[in-house]
Amino acid sequence: MIKLLHHLGLYFSMMKKVISKPEKWSVFRKQLVLEMEKVGINSVSLVIILSFFVGAVVSIQTAFNMDSPLLPSYLVGLASRDSLILEFSPTMISLILAGKVGSSIASEIGSMRVSEQIDALEIMGINSASFLILPKIIATIFFFPFLIIMSMGIGMIGAWAGGLSADVTTADFMYGLKYEFNSFYITYAMIKTIFFAFIISSVSAYFGYHTKGGAIAVGKAGTSAVVTSSILILLFNYILTNLILS
Amino acid sequence: MIEMQNIEKHFEDNHVLKNISFLFEKGKTNLIIGESGSGKTTLIKILIGLHKIDSGTVLFDGIDFNTIKTKQQRILRQEIGMLFQGGALYDYMSVEENIMFPLNMFTEKTEAEKLERVNFCLKRVNLEGINNLMPSEISGGMTKRVAIARAIVMQPKYLLCDEPNSGLDPKTAIIIDNLIQEITKEYNITTIVNTHDMNSVMEIGENIAFINKGEIWWKGNKDGLLNSDNKELNNFVFASKLFKRLKN
Repeated sequence: MIKLLHHLGLYFSMMKKVISKPEKWSVFRKQLVLEMEKVGINSVSLVIILSFFVGAVVSIQTAFNMDSPLLPSYLVGLASRDSLILEFSPTMISLILAGKVGSSIASEIGSMRVSEQIDALEIMGINSASFLILPKIIATIFFFPFLIIMSMGIGMIGAWAGGLSADVTTADFMYGLKYEFNSFYITYAMIKTIFFAFIISSVSAYFGYHTKGGAIAVGKAGTSAVVTSSILILLFNYILTNLILS
Repeated sequence: MIEMQNIEKHFEDNHVLKNISFLFEKGKTNLIIGESGSGKTTLIKILIGLHKIDSGTVLFDGIDFNTIKTKQQRILRQEIGMLFQGGALYDYMSVEENIMFPLNMFTEKTEAEKLERVNFCLKRVNLEGINNLMPSEISGGMTKRVAIARAIVMQPKYLLCDEPNSGLDPKTAIIIDNLIQEITKEYNITTIVNTHDMNSVMEIGENIAFINKGEIWWKGNKDGLLNSDNKELNNFVFASKLFKRLKN
């Protein structure tokens, strides 16, 4: 318990330093663009591959479980749509990105810490926490919603392809996709995504920023970042779902 | 000049620095020497504000670093150039970008002016034409020289060097030592070098503090060092057969 409070104290004191006006806007903009590329663009291919195949599998499994002739085949499209929008794209993709982006943030900042690059920033009179972490947080919060929207779209294409292989016609699938669509689901998914993006970037940055030691410590920071971010994502998924959908 | 007065530092129960007082003089290469674990790095990190002191005073030309506001500390830090043990170059930036970084952060110079200053600093450390190389593409000695170029790019009043020769061959180490001394004289700055390399001490030691078990046991210059009768200092300085022979 004391350890948890210690970590929370360090986390909030780091965040207090992070949320401050950048030293120089022109440098900050460059950093932000760099982070968008690292955090967002470099994750696009992974998100496309995952979403397509999971979408396909979701629709095949749905079709496989609907043996009764009383159930209309458009339900495959409907079930795939809701699974992808409500849970797979915002939560599962965020969990996967916690592994990819989170470990990358923690190990990058961690290795900067152990190789004294962060000390070098501090000595120059630069707020290292803000300089290094703020662009990462903004880049993830800004870019993750695009990734998740893209994941939903690609997932549905995958679901359509999976549906075709399970003898669901394109017309039925499309009808199911549109059937009683509630646009609030998208809003719900985006709210979750923004929370998860903040958790992934800030928690991973916390573990990297407080790395002590050498290469082993950097590895441990990466692991701790992924594990903690994943647990927090699941916890906040439950809390947010309860608050928004109940 | 930088003056330390009665510095005390603990890490939990470990009393790391005990009543340290020393004057680092302007225009001289001031050396902090001592065994590994004697408190040298802690001392240099206290000087640059990376560690807080329990008690005592650090004066930068009369300004007490620990009593001024954080904003003023940041401004003062811009007058400090620091050379880290491993160079601490930003590995996602090229050599040019590394040296230009402080200029980008703290000046309003045009790109051409910044580039001119970077090239001047690179020339000063005898590394012309490597602007576009990445830190991973240069040798250890070059890394140290690029780090020196970055440290002097803002024309600092104070230059602090932590183990500048670690991991370098003797010839390159002497080049780095001489470069630090030349820059000190040329810009009339206060330079502090933290080292346990006796070759460095003999090469550039003008004002030396010997730290042992967190205390200053001896002060002087390189000539006094050879003739001192301080037992602990002699054990440290003449640890190698070569230096023992030199003394005899």
